[in-house]
Amino acid sequence: MKYSIFSLARAALSSHKNWGRAWRDPAPKSHYDVVIIGGGGHGLATAYFLAKEYGIRNVAVLEKGWIGSGNAGRNTTIIRSNYMLPGNTSFYELSMKLWERMEQDLNYNTMVSQRGIINLYHSDAQRDAFARRGNAMRINGIDAELLDANQIRQILPFLNYDNARFPIQGGLMQRRGGTARHDAVVWGYARAADEFGVDIIQNCEVTGFQRTNGRITGVETTRGTIGAGKVGMAVAGSSSRVAAMAGLRLPIESHVLQAFVSEAIKPLIPGVVTFGAGHFYVSQSDKGGLVFGGDLDGYNSYAQRGNMPVMEDVCEGGMAIMPMIGRVRLLRQWGGIMDMSMDGTPIIDKTPVDGLYLNAGWCYGGFKATPASGLVFAHLLARDEPHEEARRFRLDRFRRGAMIDEKGQGAQPNLH
Amino acid sequence: MRIACPFCGARDSGEFTYLGDASPKRPDAPIDGGVAVEDQFYDYVYLRDNVAGLTREYWYHGGGCRSWLIAERSTTTHEFKSVTAAPGAGAAKAKQAGER
Repeated sequence: MKYSIFSLARAALSSHKNWGRAWRDPAPKSHYDVVIIGGGGHGLATAYFLAKEYGIRNVAVLEKGWIGSGNAGRNTTIIRSNYMLPGNTSFYELSMKLWERMEQDLNYNTMVSQRGIINLYHSDAQRDAFARRGNAMRINGIDAELLDANQIRQILPFLNYDNARFPIQGGLMQRRGGTARHDAVVWGYARAADEFGVDIIQNCEVTGFQRTNGRITGVETTRGTIGAGKVGMAVAGSSSRVAAMAGLRLPIESHVLQAFVSEAIKPLIPGVVTFGAGHFYVSQSDKGGLVFGGDLDGYNSYAQRGNMPVMEDVCEGGMAIMPMIGRVRLLRQWGGIMDMSMDGTPIIDKTPVDGLYLNAGWCYGGFKATPASGLVFAHLLARDEPHEEARRFRLDRFRRGAMIDEKGQGAQPNLH
Repeated sequence: MRIACPFCGARDSGEFTYLGDASPKRPDAPIDGGVAVEDQFYDYVYLRDNVAGLTREYWYHGGGCRSWLIAERSTTTHEFKSVTAAPGAGAAKAKQAGER
């Protein structure tokens, strides 16, 4: 059913009791052309684009829990394309363009809100670095504006501009950046993929791979064996565990990242703000809660929960730029497992195992990439060659020395 | 999370810095040793087992005795099984060579 003002009015006449299912709950078939492991945003977007752009509709998305229960439901919902290095710039801009038309494409309200992102700078050196980043973005046709402290004051009057250690000198702004409703993105892709005939199979954990003459021909799951022409992995923090079942080791470590939300308050923060002298970023959800986060805890973890020192560090960052934040109470805090790659950049490529394809290494930037990740991964699965915008995200780039290290930290995943 | 430093006793994890998996061993070969050695270095620098469960890993007690430590810790529960002093690479080599 198409969602519209008419469907809303019709449902209202029966007190909203007759809305149908948004997607089916099918039993797994014995064979699919493509099986995607992982029912997060990336997996579901991949299935959607496979069906829509590449005409491959005999597709299953297998999800261990319920769709969107991993990082798709745990992130801080920020969308932006303020990257500097070749490979990243145009890829994330492709993603931004897909965000801008997502609601029309999916016929689903994903609450994409381009209210702007501002990265604050606090020193001359940092201003120069941000000017360079802004220039790189503009050369690539992406919007970026370098604002001074007075211009920032117009937009964010409540920040502490006179912090003795970290005075706010200005910021780099991308007005097209903003936020989207993370769960709605998952549900929107699920519903749209389902309409094309994609089977979304929840509570179905992959426990092994079936191989014939070395080639992957199916997956063993908790709901039986499912044959597959090709298998795509989009399992974020669990990438190493799933790849290990196929005998692969990856240039990835799994780390915990925490996020926080405060009690709901009246509209305060117009967009997304990041602190340049520490690691703290904040936005306000439509419900009114301040959504914020900071650094990784720093140690390998699959526990989906973090520890106190990083909570303290994040809150200190918040207090440094925005002392009034100390007056709101913390409502919730949670952790997600990030697939931290060795250069901080994703990997979208075939693996050395025939028939197995990898979409991983998103570090803590996976949410904003959801639509483009789905499109380029679908291209790879359908055509067996990288999409133009993902040609640098190869698995062998570490061996070739062609890393894309946006932060310049080297092979130390907990620093990216 | 508290870490039982063998020198200082149980301390808050905020005093420690994490390096990573202690299992990769630096190849004992000249870096310009050709493709085979490059493969070994690639393996050492970039590939990880990334185990879900018990791992051995390097921690640095910068907020205390400034010792490098090897901890056995579960990545699924964050429980520490053991924390011991990390032998320096030089010390290990000297021991191998039979020096005192």
